[in-house]
Amino acid sequence: MLRLPTFQLHEPASLKEACALFAEHGAAAKILAGGTDLLPNLKHEIYDVDHVISLAKLPGITGFEMQGHDLVIGALTPLAQVATNPNIQKHAPALAQAASLVAGPQHRQMGTLGGNVMLDTRCQWINQSYFWREALGFCLKKDGTVCHVVEGGKKCVAAASNDTAPALMTLGASLTFVSATGTREIPIEDLWVADGINNKSARPGEILTEIRLPLRDHTHHGAYGKLRERGSIDFPLLGCAVRIDLDDADCVRDAAVSLVALQARPLLIKGVDALLQGLKLGSTELDQAIEAVAQLAHKKCKPLDNIPGDKDYRRRMVPVYVRRTLRAALDGTGPVHHI
Amino acid sequence: MAARDQHGSGAPWGAEFKVVGQPHRKIDGLAKATGSAVYTDDIQLPGMLHAKTLRSPHAHANIVSIDVTKALELEGVHAIITGTDLPINYGVIPWTPDEHALANGKVRFIGDEVAAVAAIDEDTANAALKLIKVEYEVLEAFFDPREALAKTEPAIHEQKPLKDGSSRGNVSKHVKLEFGDVDAALASSDVVVEHDYSFHGTTHAAIEPHCAVGQYSADGLLTVHSSTQITHYVQRALARVLELPEAKVRVIQPFLGGAFGGKSDPFSLEFCVAKLAMITGRPVKMLWTREEVFYAHRGRHPMQLTYRTGANKDGKLTATDAKILIDGGSYSSFGLVTTYYSGQLLTGPVDIPTYRFDSTRVFTNKPPCGPKRGHGSVQPRFAFEIQLDEIAEKLNLDPIELRRRNWQGEQTKTVNGQRITSNGFMQCLDLVEQQSDWKARYGKLPDGRGLGVAGSMYISGTNYPIYPNDMPQAGIQLQVDRSGRVTVFTGGNDIGQGSSSMCAYIVSEELGVDLGDIRVIAADTDLCPVDLGAYSSRVTFMVGNATIDACRKLRKQICTAVAEKWEVEVAAVRLGGGLALCLSDAQKTIPVREAFQWAEARFDTLGSTGSYNTPTLGGDYRGGTIGASPAYSFTAHAAEVTVDRETGRITCEKVWCAHDCGRALNPTLVKGQIEGSVYMGAAEVTMEDHGINRFGLHSGPSLLDYRIPTSLDTPDIEALIVESIDPEGPYGAKEAGEGPLHSVIPAIANAVYDAVGIRLRHLPFTPGKVLAALEEKEAGQPAGTAS
Repeated sequence: MLRLPTFQLHEPASLKEACALFAEHGAAAKILAGGTDLLPNLKHEIYDVDHVISLAKLPGITGFEMQGHDLVIGALTPLAQVATNPNIQKHAPALAQAASLVAGPQHRQMGTLGGNVMLDTRCQWINQSYFWREALGFCLKKDGTVCHVVEGGKKCVAAASNDTAPALMTLGASLTFVSATGTREIPIEDLWVADGINNKSARPGEILTEIRLPLRDHTHHGAYGKLRERGSIDFPLLGCAVRIDLDDADCVRDAAVSLVALQARPLLIKGVDALLQGLKLGSTELDQAIEAVAQLAHKKCKPLDNIPGDKDYRRRMVPVYVRRTLRAALDGTGPVHHI
Repeated sequence: MAARDQHGSGAPWGAEFKVVGQPHRKIDGLAKATGSAVYTDDIQLPGMLHAKTLRSPHAHANIVSIDVTKALELEGVHAIITGTDLPINYGVIPWTPDEHALANGKVRFIGDEVAAVAAIDEDTANAALKLIKVEYEVLEAFFDPREALAKTEPAIHEQKPLKDGSSRGNVSKHVKLEFGDVDAALASSDVVVEHDYSFHGTTHAAIEPHCAVGQYSADGLLTVHSSTQITHYVQRALARVLELPEAKVRVIQPFLGGAFGGKSDPFSLEFCVAKLAMITGRPVKMLWTREEVFYAHRGRHPMQLTYRTGANKDGKLTATDAKILIDGGSYSSFGLVTTYYSGQLLTGPVDIPTYRFDSTRVFTNKPPCGPKRGHGSVQPRFAFEIQLDEIAEKLNLDPIELRRRNWQGEQTKTVNGQRITSNGFMQCLDLVEQQSDWKARYGKLPDGRGLGVAGSMYISGTNYPIYPNDMPQAGIQLQVDRSGRVTVFTGGNDIGQGSSSMCAYIVSEELGVDLGDIRVIAADTDLCPVDLGAYSSRVTFMVGNATIDACRKLRKQICTAVAEKWEVEVAAVRLGGGLALCLSDAQKTIPVREAFQWAEARFDTLGSTGSYNTPTLGGDYRGGTIGASPAYSFTAHAAEVTVDRETGRITCEKVWCAHDCGRALNPTLVKGQIEGSVYMGAAEVTMEDHGINRFGLHSGPSLLDYRIPTSLDTPDIEALIVESIDPEGPYGAKEAGEGPLHSVIPAIANAVYDAVGIRLRHLPFTPGKVLAALEEKEAGQPAGTAS
């Protein structure tokens, strides 16, 4: 099998110690949570790191906690727990469904919610062995100067491929980063940068510790839809999260749609709420508006030949998955997944 | 064929089988389930070095120079070898020895082996690889077989010119055979269907990667443990390349984690560990990464197929005309055989009265293709069985009925001269028809859901022994111990299909020994008599017959000794259930152990050998023996699919597979083979794609990107056994390991037509192709023109 490169493994026993180590080594270090993303990438020699800081021995950044009107999830909480937690299923069904479809069962036991948020971008030209990438002549993201997705492209377009990201975006999640110099809380939307080399604004030295969701009541409806080839294991060829909140008269109060596996950052579709607001559940108008949302998403989403899978087909599936996922949210039948 | 090769199909002791036909555990099942089974990579030897391979980053290039100086200076590096250290060529087919363990001045695909390093550990070996400097002169590379065919330069291989002096260009093998007057038959047919089809490349993806461990003793004995399915051919190839007498080369196949044809060539790593062990005097192991396994490939050949098939109004076929372009990748491997098989194995179970095929295999700068489960005949079967569906539609006949009307029958001969013995195809059709509720549902399911049928046949070994010789194709040796234990020595390679277990079942049946008292030592060339290996679905048929042969010789001695003691007729002695019994006197009963002791006292140390060789078979023309088998298996599949018109996704919901295996020696294992075949075949329809991208790079050499199905992606499979009891098979048995793969693919294609009315002729059936075909149909264009 592929070998890991040589690095120094640190296993700090406290968050403070972890932050200090990260501050000391900065870009020469990577954080190890579940390892399901980091270890294959290390084996593919995508990172030049000398230090790996494991969070395995840190106390207290796993689990779920109600804090006032918020539900706080520790960043190290395994995806399997996120998928099956009754509070998440109730208050954030899109997140539970997205977590339930990440990779395969073993990955979800190891992989963490924080790790999925911080997942590196993916591309068919980068997630390969060093030998393969060298034979290719490398690419923009690492070791090279050419983009193989966009001819003449100067900006890396490796795709955000984290299933939970769009779900968290529709849910208005915020993220807490801790570093040696303090704590910073940001709306998840502010995390993303349109750069496949590093699509996150988090700075070296910052460790994601908490994911905070505003609690929602029974009028909240959400779902996640995932296009992929197999019934398990595969990263999304397209991921779609939706939120529809109703008022007491069963009319749409607010709504959001977010997609992933397109380009470097997950995309929150603007204008969805305006199309759906005020429309009554079961009405023809709502049906028509859902179709309009699907078409809006189709217009905004332009998948590239970054991840495997025909980009034209992936684009064609955008309205299908948006429509099906909106329907599933209202019907309570999510996730939208072929199996 | 000698008398030893046929034993009748009945039970050895009267009417009933005691062991055969019953479900039994595999003899190695517990060892594998508990993790105690030792696979090649589990082998750790004192002082063992680890080796790694440097591979070509170019698809086609001459090697100008290789500088290993820096790499050799790295601490922990023990030896580095390049092509000049292993200059002798080889190939599994002796007529096409176009491979070298390490590139001999030229590389032919990205991943071709260039150098090998032995070091104290894998990391050191990997670090050394990066220090080897290779200068290449890059040549134009061919990734499209049509282009490779059209252009003769630069030739991927230097080849002798044809007899008329013209260049072979990049043609690896060309076979054109015609049986009867095809053109006349087509011209007078009531209907003719003609279409292009294509089959993409797929690979085996056995879970165990290739691994080999080499040892070279002070007295000059080379031992190689290897994850191979052809121990004997590896021994021969090692001797040739390393210039050692064959008697000094020992090859052992430890437990094996799947092969499917992907381990039936000699591979670079076997020669490299041997050579490195000879140089360093230390054991050397090489374990390939998953990526390297994708480069080793030898998987299913991509084929572009043009088929014309004619029929008359009564549903009788008149002719089939096939033209096939085969993408061979960079080396010959079994390609000579593949080219013949692409035509020779189509002539059953339906009778084709006149038949022509024109197959051309070309070299391209891609990982070499070879034999994958259903070698060479899965692709033509795909095209042909869709043609039958189209003919049935044109003639307004049920597709099962069409196949019945054209069934070739038993004890007959195909148009290309292959002898057919037993043939249970009609029962296969009956079973899938009943079990799928075909009559009530075919053509009547709601839109988006459909049923399809297809049939096929396959060989149970062939009489083509790869290298010409008059010796048996399978040998067995039995050793009998006073303790009551019998040890079977077989050259047969158990690659998970259960061949060692099969030997034990036969010994238990014949000698009455409990299964727990039978040991099987397999695939060790120092210990076991030669068997040619686990390929062509030959092992049960040939090794099974050899085992019966050996048992019958021993049985004669044992029964004679017991009869003499008891003073009864030899015919009155029975062995069974761990006992020796007397038919004429119920008081006379002893443990079989005691019978062995009496026999040893009477005849001296007990043991026997057994062998099998095929009868003379095949058509009387060049290539007529390739594909000639002592018995053919037959299969029918019915598949049920759903098609999502909006996403284009095809879901295979259920497959009924009825397979005529002659006799099921262990029905559990036969069903396992049927299920595994259906799983593998169905995956080739919608998922697996051994694609090479525009740079000549494998598009995703990992188990993440090469999508083998998970349990969630696998259809419900109903495995149905048909027993035609072949007159020459061991107890009537035929193969079950490869046949049940073939027709699942066209059955799914035909089911898609029943579901949504589109003819998909170009694999893989991606959702995008489905949507395009649906749109064409909506637009009123002829269905199935999408590619």
